[in-house]
Order: sequence, then structure tokens, then C-alpha cells
Amino acid sequence: MKRCAAVLTALLVAGTMSACGSGGSDDSSSGTGTKTLTVYAASSLTSTFTELGKQFEADHKGVKVTFSFGGSSDLVAQLQGGAPADVFASADTANMDKATGDSLVEGDPVDFASNTLEIAVPPDNPARVSDFADLAKAGTKVVVCAPEVPCGAAAQKVEQVSGVTIKPVSEEQSVTDVLGKVVSGEADAGLVYVTDVKAAGDKVKGITFPESSSAVNSYPIAALAESKNKDLAQQFVDVVTGDAGQQVLADAGFAKPSP
Amino acid sequence: MTRGSRQVGLPAWLIAPAAVGALFLVLPLAAMLTRVEWGNFFGLISSDSSVAALKLSLRTSSASTVLCVLFGVPLAMVLARTTFRGQQLLRSLVLLPLVLPPVVGGIALLYTFGRRGLLGHTFEVLGIQVAFSTTAVVMAQTFVALPFLVVSLEGALRTAGGRYEAVASTLGARPTTVFRRVTLPLVLPGLVSGAVLSFARSLGEFGATITFAGSLQGVTRTLPLEIYLQRETDADAAVALSLVLVIVAVVVIGFARGRGAI
Repeated sequence: MKRCAAVLTALLVAGTMSACGSGGSDDSSSGTGTKTLTVYAASSLTSTFTELGKQFEADHKGVKVTFSFGGSSDLVAQLQGGAPADVFASADTANMDKATGDSLVEGDPVDFASNTLEIAVPPDNPARVSDFADLAKAGTKVVVCAPEVPCGAAAQKVEQVSGVTIKPVSEEQSVTDVLGKVVSGEADAGLVYVTDVKAAGDKVKGITFPESSSAVNSYPIAALAESKNKDLAQQFVDVVTGDAGQQVLADAGFAKPSP
Repeated sequence: MTRGSRQVGLPAWLIAPAAVGALFLVLPLAAMLTRVEWGNFFGLISSDSSVAALKLSLRTSSASTVLCVLFGVPLAMVLARTTFRGQQLLRSLVLLPLVLPPVVGGIALLYTFGRRGLLGHTFEVLGIQVAFSTTAVVMAQTFVALPFLVVSLEGALRTAGGRYEAVASTLGARPTTVFRRVTLPLVLPGLVSGAVLSFARSLGEFGATITFAGSLQGVTRTLPLEIYLQRETDADAAVALSLVLVIVAVVVIGFARGRGAI
């Protein structure tokens, strides 16, 4: 028993230590006189914004850009809780509205991209899905986002407009969870964003459908009122909305902001 | 535990860190209480989705506790009452889910019982579909909870020792009779406490469930998943449901303490 308890304790301690070790970014190690720009951005922007951050660092000597990627509503909740950030980019208008409503934003948010839904299926398309109506067929395992999160709200809107009722086997928390279920082959099809299909490469096959135009997600970005580097924050916003940013976003499959 | 007649004094310097530790554990729960919308509490916890989640959680946690007892008791017996090569290794492997992040457990389950997993094809041929079913939730919960039962029961078995069993055996009792009439009654408190821990762990299971089973109201969306989802849109409902989970946990622990199991 003693030995067993000792092993258990050791294991628990090891677990705790590794948990402690993984958190926290150290700003101190990034040299002298560096400024850190903290950008809160929706998870779907991970690859594009990481690239833009590198470009920004190259163009602004002594500036380090750090990102916190997450679900837009999570990020707003953190900002409302007083998280120190300079820029916020949301995957939908609703969450940006929450931030503006709480006066967290400096000036007016600008739409910089838009995204629409696409059907993702495993490469061999086991359920032979070819259009949106196929998702309602009995026996087809479809995974969508829960209506509470932006991608689920979009899916619901498309269903309403098209009159197709999907009976999903699971309503996931985020679009990455949906994609994961398709990539692993657990689901026959999932509703994700165009950009997710593109980012997944040949792990999934994308099927576009005309009904998707009824739910276009706009991505707004804004500098934050609490920022200590407001000029720099505005410059980052300008890069994203400018030519360089738009090129990177277009390459990833994002559409121009809807007018 | 019996108390000696003379109490050894506690080093005074232990009290301050002990207080900090206790406060650290209790304060967040108290802070949550301050955020509960009491006026609308029952409205928040009695929505269809909340009730469905609570029922599903209680149902699946009970099922996984039964599975934990069915498989955990024999496993603890094997670990405590026999010696064989590789036993230490087996024990370490059995305890692994205790320290594994649950999401890793979920991925491992997916690659075992998922449609394209190791056993997925066999299951499909047999007509059993695990993915996105309540069965998957129970499996995820059992995976993370079973080690709790094994650990506490193996400890109880070793503490109880084998003397009574040996006596019963020399008096002519068969192994099954010894197990049923001597061993089990001796370690019953350990078994109950292990079962309670397993139940509590199952109730709180999140990572493995969301990775392996998915999330659908009434089928796979247990209370922790519902709380996580409600947080997206309705923070008040999330807090209210969290409190429900705290209350259930307190009742479970209280019940176990009342029985002298913990």
C-alpha cells in the first residue's frame, strides 16, 4: 500500500508540475527594449494571423507579436474579465458587438474578411454526399457546430433558408472539433468553413453548396481601448485590412468582407 | 483510525500554509456562489437541455460505476493477492489514466473503438456502433474512473492483509467462499469509497467524452459538456448548472463519509 501510494503521489506531482510548466509566455527573454503586441484572434485565423504577425515583426524592429487564439466568445469573456490585449479579431459580428457594447474597443471595428460554410467529408466519401440535401438522408452521420457557437448559428441559418433539416449525430463545441470528427472518419460529413477545408489539405474533401451564401460570417477587427500601444495596435489592424493582409487571407480561402 | 491518549503537538509553522491551501480550494467555490442568479436559479437549471444533461450524467455515471466495480474488483484482487512477472508494469499501466490528460484518453479510445480504430471494424461487423452513442460516454467515463477504484481497493486489500483469508482456507473454505465471506466484507469500506470516487470522477468527465463521444442533447451531452456549451451564450445558466454539479458532488462525498468510507 505504501509503495502504491508513493507511486501515486509521484505520478500526481509529475502531472501537476508538467501542468505548471506549460503555461505562461515569458516576455522577458525577448531582448532589450522590445514592445509586445498582444492580439486576440478567433481560432480560424490561426495560420493567417501567425504569418501576418511574422511579417509585422519583420517590418517593426523591436516589436514582438503574441497571439491568443480561441473561440470568439471565449476571447470576449476574457477581455471582459480584464485580459490585457491590444487587438481583437472576431469570427462573427455578434461577439465583436459584445466587446463594443462594453466599451472595450477603440473606434469602430472594421470587417476584414468573410467566410462561408462548406461540407467536409472523408477523402473516400463513404456516405456519397454530393449536396446539402444529402446531409438529411437517414443513416448519414453528420456533425455540425452547436447553435450556440458562430459556425453552428450559420449552419442553422442555412438549414432554415434551404428547408433541409439535418439530424446531426453530434453538435460540437467548435469548428475544429467538427473537422476532427471528419478527419478521423467517425463522421460521414461535417459542416465547417471553406478555410478549414482548405487548411486540412487532402485529409478531407470539400463540397461547396449554393445554399451556403445565405449565411456569410463577417470577421471584424479592432484596436482595444485598454491597449498601451494604441499606435502599434492600429498599425496591425491596418496591415490586416491592407493589401498584404488581404492577400494572405485570400490565399487561405477567406472571401472579401461582405459589403 | 484510533486516537492515542497523548496528542503530539503540531508544528505551529504548518498552520499558515495549511490555511492558504484550504482557502485556495474553498474560495473559488464561494466566489461562484456569489455569481449565482438566485432569483432565477430554478428557471436556469430546469430548461429541457439542462434536465436532459443532468439525467444523462446520472445515468451514465451510474453505469460506469457498475462497470468499474465489475472489472475493478477482480483487477485489484489480482494486483494485491498474486505475484507474477510484469505485475509492477501492469499496475503502472492500469494507473496511467489517473494522470493522463482525459483528452488523450479520448483520442486513445477513438483509435481503439472508433469506426476506423483497432476494434472498430470488428464492432461494425457485429452491428455495434459505438461512435456518438451513450455507450461511448460510458466507455470514456469507465476509462478514466476505473483506476480510482483499483487504487483504493488494492490499498484496502493490502492493509487488511491475508491472515483471515489464510485461516478461512485452512478451515476448508473454497477460494470463492473466502472471497465472498471474508475478503469482501473486510474491504467493503475501501470498495465503497472506490466506487464513490469512480462515480464522482465519471460525473466530472469532460475531455475524453467530448473527444470520443461527441455532444448531442440527451445522447452524449453530459452535464459538464452542457456547462461548457452554455458558457458560450448564457453565463448565468453555466454558473447555475455548475452549482448543481457541486451539490451532487457534496451529496456523494457526504454519503460516503456518512458510511465511514472516506
